[in-house]
Amino acid sequence: MSTLGEIVALSLAVSLSAVALASLLGLPLGAAIAVGRFRGRRSIIVLLNALMGLPPVVVGLLVYLLLSRAGPLGSFGLLFTPPAMVIAQTFLVLPIIAALCRQSVEDAWVEYEEQLRSLGADGLRAALTLVWDIRFSLVTAVLAGLGRALAEVGAVIIVGGNIDGVTRVMTTTIALETSKGDLPLALSLGFVLIALVILLNAAAQLIKEAAQRRYG
Amino acid sequence: MAASTGILPLDLRDLRFAMGGRAIIDGVSVLIEAGPATIILGANGAGKSVLMRLMHGLLRPTSGQIAWQSRDAERVRRGQAMVFQRPVLLRRSALANIMYALELARVPAAERERQAMDALREVGLVDVANRPARVLSGGEQQRLALARAWALHPEVLFLDEPTANLDPGATREIENVIKAFDASGTKIVMSTHNLGQARRLGDEVLFIHQGRLAERAPVDKFFRQPASAEAAAFLKGELPWD
Repeated sequence: MSTLGEIVALSLAVSLSAVALASLLGLPLGAAIAVGRFRGRRSIIVLLNALMGLPPVVVGLLVYLLLSRAGPLGSFGLLFTPPAMVIAQTFLVLPIIAALCRQSVEDAWVEYEEQLRSLGADGLRAALTLVWDIRFSLVTAVLAGLGRALAEVGAVIIVGGNIDGVTRVMTTTIALETSKGDLPLALSLGFVLIALVILLNAAAQLIKEAAQRRYG
Repeated sequence: MAASTGILPLDLRDLRFAMGGRAIIDGVSVLIEAGPATIILGANGAGKSVLMRLMHGLLRPTSGQIAWQSRDAERVRRGQAMVFQRPVLLRRSALANIMYALELARVPAAERERQAMDALREVGLVDVANRPARVLSGGEQQRLALARAWALHPEVLFLDEPTANLDPGATREIENVIKAFDASGTKIVMSTHNLGQARRLGDEVLFIHQGRLAERAPVDKFFRQPASAEAAAFLKGELPWD
């Protein structure tokens, strides 16, 4: 049976990887939508905002279908492995990071637009400049994504299978122990999870504040 | 700067700009020529800022024409710079802010730092080159915005009430930089609320009233003997606060 340490470590590894991937894709995507002027932009914004509320079990199910033996990506044999969990959580978190980034960049664009256009920074260039310039505010978007990833159980339990020692993470363990009736263990794991999330957020906040004092 | 190779004069013909059905610029025709520093005066909401944004290309006119002598759009864009009422600086060092502008102007990487330092020297900010731009004082930030424009060597510099938020000391420093621009041959087009400043820096005045060009006159003549009733009323109302 996997130890508590292994479970916590896997939780962190899966969710941090998913958030890193989702940030890499979601931040430029959100910024591009914020700065871009194209047809269907408003519909995309509505869709993106709606996707923030994607039910984890539905994402889990879709990724399950993609990765299952008969699915289009079945040949990679990823189902019931940690990479499958990372993929599912990336899909889950991507809209959150992209949508929150879109909003922040759009707000900043109001302030920067004339100056950047005056200097000759066009679409993509302006978007990347903005993302870098409001990087401290975007920490909040990334943290929202991380909170979602660490807290969800629906997606990881479907694509991971909660296999002891392989794909068992904190939330799936809590679900399992609760159903087995071991409430004290489930509850203490719950507290560990909450403490961990608070700790990560506190660290991010400290870094953000220090950076803001430094750069204004 | 030789007249034949420049982007000036700038010819505005029957320029109109409307927003939400309301005409903000309502039929302005004027020829902006190299040489005299041009001050745009007018009451709040007269359309001064919008007029400058139309000239600089930040806004598209509803109708009318904006014709630079040069037809080369890229050259026209690079031949201008604008300094806004509130400087917008990036969260990086003062030096890096200027280097960013030089990069966008396609100045070779090896040249950027030297040129940026030259511009900082011009406005007296060499000491704070490596300080983050956003923690500088208001006056320093505006001087940095001017240095950023200086580094681009524009033929025309638009200034939209550049000292509106600054104390007298900082205002004087900004005015000195603007004088240096003028002396270097850059065409100044500036809007201001400060009539003393208009007199100190300007050669000619464009007086805007309700979106129209009400009067164009040399500075001394405009203040001594305004030709239009609107300008006379404006000067009467404004002078007590000068």
